[in-house]
Amino acid sequence: MKESSLYERYQRQIILKGFGIDGQHKIMQAKVLVVGAGGLGCPALQYLVAAGVGSLGIVDDDVVSLSNLHRQVLYTAAEIGLLKVAVAAEKLKQLNADVNIFTYPERLENKNAFAIISQYDLVIDGTDNFTSRYMINDACVLLSKPLIYGAVSQYEGQVAVFTNTLLTGVNYRTIFPHPPKNGEVLNCAEAGVLGMLPGIIGTMQAAEAIKLITGIGAALVNKLLTYNLLACEMYVVELMPVECANKLLPKNETEFLAMSYVDECSTKQNGVIEIDAEQMQRLSKLTNTVVIDVREKGELPLMKNFAHQQIPMSVFKENISAIDKQTVVLFCQHGVRSLYAAELLHEVFGTGKDVYSLKGGVVKWADELGV
Amino acid sequence: MQINLKVFGQLTDIININELNIQSGNDTDSLRKELNTLFPGLAGRNFLMAVDQRTTTGNTILNEGSTVALMPPFSGG
Repeated sequence: MKESSLYERYQRQIILKGFGIDGQHKIMQAKVLVVGAGGLGCPALQYLVAAGVGSLGIVDDDVVSLSNLHRQVLYTAAEIGLLKVAVAAEKLKQLNADVNIFTYPERLENKNAFAIISQYDLVIDGTDNFTSRYMINDACVLLSKPLIYGAVSQYEGQVAVFTNTLLTGVNYRTIFPHPPKNGEVLNCAEAGVLGMLPGIIGTMQAAEAIKLITGIGAALVNKLLTYNLLACEMYVVELMPVECANKLLPKNETEFLAMSYVDECSTKQNGVIEIDAEQMQRLSKLTNTVVIDVREKGELPLMKNFAHQQIPMSVFKENISAIDKQTVVLFCQHGVRSLYAAELLHEVFGTGKDVYSLKGGVVKWADELGV
Repeated sequence: MQINLKVFGQLTDIININELNIQSGNDTDSLRKELNTLFPGLAGRNFLMAVDQRTTTGNTILNEGSTVALMPPFSGG
């Protein structure tokens, strides 16, 4: 772009105090990935392209549908049935041909996340489901990519920024270590959403991106903002690092590829996460953790290889209050009683404790556990 | 003691109000038990508790007049 037209196009932001031509050059060099070209993604894309972001990636495997149009204002009725990324890219090119736009008409999953995310400087999460949100979070932590989270429900929206630089220990799992099970939290299709709400939240995500890129102002780093449209109120809470949340993160790309995010979101029963033998061994080594066998005395095989307590199911309820550790890992013969015990714990302590149950029990994992 | 409770997201479907003052014990564990008694629908729900605009990482002491926010995850986009 010619220097003269650059000044003309971006004049209103270049003249801002603290922004200037330096800010504009930073934006023009930035590479931003927007995951989800829906209610949050549309306004984020439009404002980032308008601001002159250097490169923009758009990931979405969905097509435009009539029920999208009340909030996804990049699309029109004539485009129903067309791929969102294709329509978005065309419209955005018309808005600003200087932006390099890359489209990914696919779902972001374990297998493609590293390859796509690693090409960008920062990621905007505009997805609409927990499976994607946890997967994107974990990938951004491992790749040290800043993540701008946004989500909406009915009349309220959330925004948070995680820089994922050093081991600050604050990421999406800090807010909600465990994915809710499917159906526990209603999505927009089930609960409804006012169209302007994702417009506001997606625009806030774009604004946070510009702040991170240019360094202006104070980005919402390690804070969670909730906007209530009906009350027209914002409430910001500071996110404190949670050691136990980060143990749920995969440690490297191999572990990331092996994660089953769909299962993590769907097999969780009433606030309990079911784990395999390897996760159990990893968790058992952490501080402030107790491993509990809920089988009755005399049941075989015995668990010899790591320290544990025995609280048989027959007396479990009476002994719940004596469990004082933050993380509780339960097992039994087949994983049925331990799941029930875990649910009892969750009823008493809620999210105040991290509770896990060995899925399939000792019998399933006998070799791995060396019993 | 009395604390100020702020309720977010779909938890308002259970508690029916965004903000209320309630009597509480002196820490978040006892508050949680009281809330489960007052609002049985909360049992098993996934939400974080923030005390005076900071998230809690375990049982946290409450003071007279503390503001406790109950914040569930949102998934929509």
